[in-house]
Amino acid sequence: MNAGRAQARAAWLLLAPSLGLITVFFVLPVLGGLVLSLTDFDLYAIGDPRNARFTGLGNYSRILSDPLFWKALGNTFAFVVLGGPLSVATSLVAALLVSSKLTRFKGFFRSVYFLPVVTTLVAVSIVWRYLYHPQYGLLNWALGGIGIGPVDWLGDARWAIPAIVLMSVWKNFGYNMLIFIAGLQSIPDELYEAAQLDGAGAWARFRHITMPGLGPTFLFVGITTMLGQFQVFAEPYVMTQGGPLRATTTIVLLMYEEGFRWWRMGVAAAIAFVLFAIMLVGTAIQMRAQRGASR
Amino acid sequence: MKRRGSTRPGLGLAIALAAAALAGCAPKSDEPVTLRFWAMGREGEVVEELVRDFERDHPGIRVTVQQIPWGAAHEKLLTAYVGRATPDIAQLGNTWISEFAALSALEPLDRRVAGSAAVPESAYFAGIWDTNVVDGALYGIPWYVDTRVLFYRTDLMAKAGFDSMPGSWSEWRRAMEGMVRAGGKTAIFLPTNEYTPWIILGLQAGSPLVRDNATHGAFSLPEYRRALEFTLGIFRDGLAPALTGNSIANRYQEFERGTFGMYISGPWDVGEFRRRLSPQMQSSWATAPLPGPDGPASGVSVAGGSSLVVFRGSRHPDQAWQLIEFLSRPEQQLRFHRLTGDLPARREAWRDTAFTNDPHSRAFAIQLDRVVATPKIPEWEEISMKVQHAMEAAILGGAPPDSVMRDLDAQVERILEKRRWLLSRKAGGT
Repeated sequence: MNAGRAQARAAWLLLAPSLGLITVFFVLPVLGGLVLSLTDFDLYAIGDPRNARFTGLGNYSRILSDPLFWKALGNTFAFVVLGGPLSVATSLVAALLVSSKLTRFKGFFRSVYFLPVVTTLVAVSIVWRYLYHPQYGLLNWALGGIGIGPVDWLGDARWAIPAIVLMSVWKNFGYNMLIFIAGLQSIPDELYEAAQLDGAGAWARFRHITMPGLGPTFLFVGITTMLGQFQVFAEPYVMTQGGPLRATTTIVLLMYEEGFRWWRMGVAAAIAFVLFAIMLVGTAIQMRAQRGASR
Repeated sequence: MKRRGSTRPGLGLAIALAAAALAGCAPKSDEPVTLRFWAMGREGEVVEELVRDFERDHPGIRVTVQQIPWGAAHEKLLTAYVGRATPDIAQLGNTWISEFAALSALEPLDRRVAGSAAVPESAYFAGIWDTNVVDGALYGIPWYVDTRVLFYRTDLMAKAGFDSMPGSWSEWRRAMEGMVRAGGKTAIFLPTNEYTPWIILGLQAGSPLVRDNATHGAFSLPEYRRALEFTLGIFRDGLAPALTGNSIANRYQEFERGTFGMYISGPWDVGEFRRRLSPQMQSSWATAPLPGPDGPASGVSVAGGSSLVVFRGSRHPDQAWQLIEFLSRPEQQLRFHRLTGDLPARREAWRDTAFTNDPHSRAFAIQLDRVVATPKIPEWEEISMKVQHAMEAAILGGAPPDSVMRDLDAQVERILEKRRWLLSRKAGGT
């Protein structure tokens, strides 16, 4: 009993630094943000705090009645639905190819596929803007070669999101590929050998050994990718500034504009909490779905 | 006992600090005062050269110039204001003045101008000067000026049957039609993702853009409707391509090819046109003041440029004002023009041969007498973005103009809600 209490005290003591840091740098700012989201704190309030009003849920109802918010939400979901699965699938295929026994120069390919991840986004965006150029871009030149007319990739509201998704998948798949490679290496070779002896073909081995073996990896990659896609900001910010016709304005871009361009901190904070709620629900659904699938 | 012991050194320290602070308030005359000066972009790079001469004239003042990239300037100034670390003197884009005035971050300059022979209001372009006056108080002195004029191809205009740029909208439109009839693909390039032309055309039609002391939008009123009809007509009849600025790779190349023969732009493009157009094209382009709906006098443009401001937090406002007086001297203005290409704010500098011998700068000289300030409220930049999106929807999306403008006014109404509240609270006397 006494020893238990001493142990508990030691545990709290050891936890204290981390708890202190989390409180100061996470809990307090989040609470501050929550309070901010209930006020109309803006540029005028920066000059004189008395110019801020407590507005209750006013910011939230303002956001929910703003067509631009719904447009941004729709765009964000388009990024999640298009970009998420494509990104995970590309990473998995790349990981399988790089880990295959038939592949030579594995280290080389691993590095090359990982290279875009460590390249700065701004440089990548500039190069891709050339690739996407309607008149002189490589992509339209190649499409022209097979008889498809020029597409204004970043200037056409219908194509802007797919174009940005493609670039962002290319830029980011290397990271998830590494995680998949690690997952693949944790599957014992004996399983494959045994399955082969039992006459299982390549597809059957992939379906019944690789996929279940990668289960936890899938959960991790799936959730982090989804969270990343919900927070897409830099790509549209650099490539299209949210245009054309607001077709690439995402929730985080909208939040940035409200907060750091128009200095309506209260509204920006409210957007952040709405996004937080959506992402929480998204993560819960995904965890439940994947746990169900692995059962 | 113990307690008393601990307060005594504290008291001693406080006295020492107070003494030091008092000494700081009254520096000895031989101790130089250091002014902190923030300038943006290219101006920040070259102003150092001018400042060195100022220091030679004023041995008691040292100036440290900090150059800030334009993209980061706004946020940095605002952060500095919150952190009470604003400089003594800074360059401020004149559309930002209302915002920093609303924060009461700037020192009013009316009394200094009244007491100074070096900065007479009459030596400045009236429209530009006006951008620095917010609610009756002057907060900045124009440093360099900027506006938009029409760049056009003289050869294509001749083919269209015009030997010079006309001064009225109706004739301007006939010139555009003539250009297309003479074989041009389109006549004028008005990028759908740039709002300045939509603001200019509205101002030309006499629209106040915002009404009732800038508390409501004025975009569904007849004045702006007139500008809208004119603009949409140009796009509807194929006189302008419905393209964003990003969709045309090289404006100069397309201008040379004759894809369009007119383009609204600012002083920086004079140099670009000289550099980027081929030598044989150099005699075939010109600049002209913008035409207006009711003739040349109504052909107004926007009053742009940068001003010099003194921050309220400055401990050396007198010395900062001396630096402003120095930089406002006509000869320094001219020197600054040679270093940067920026157009001088002082009329005296425009009498120099650098301008009188340059045919391309005549349009700017005329236009600068016909410039109008955009609404001087902190919300203006956001409103102008809304104007751009509304125009984009009307031009590219084909949305009906009536509903687009009603919708725009509704958005402006929402943006200005805080301003209305602040004004009504002030009127209520609280």
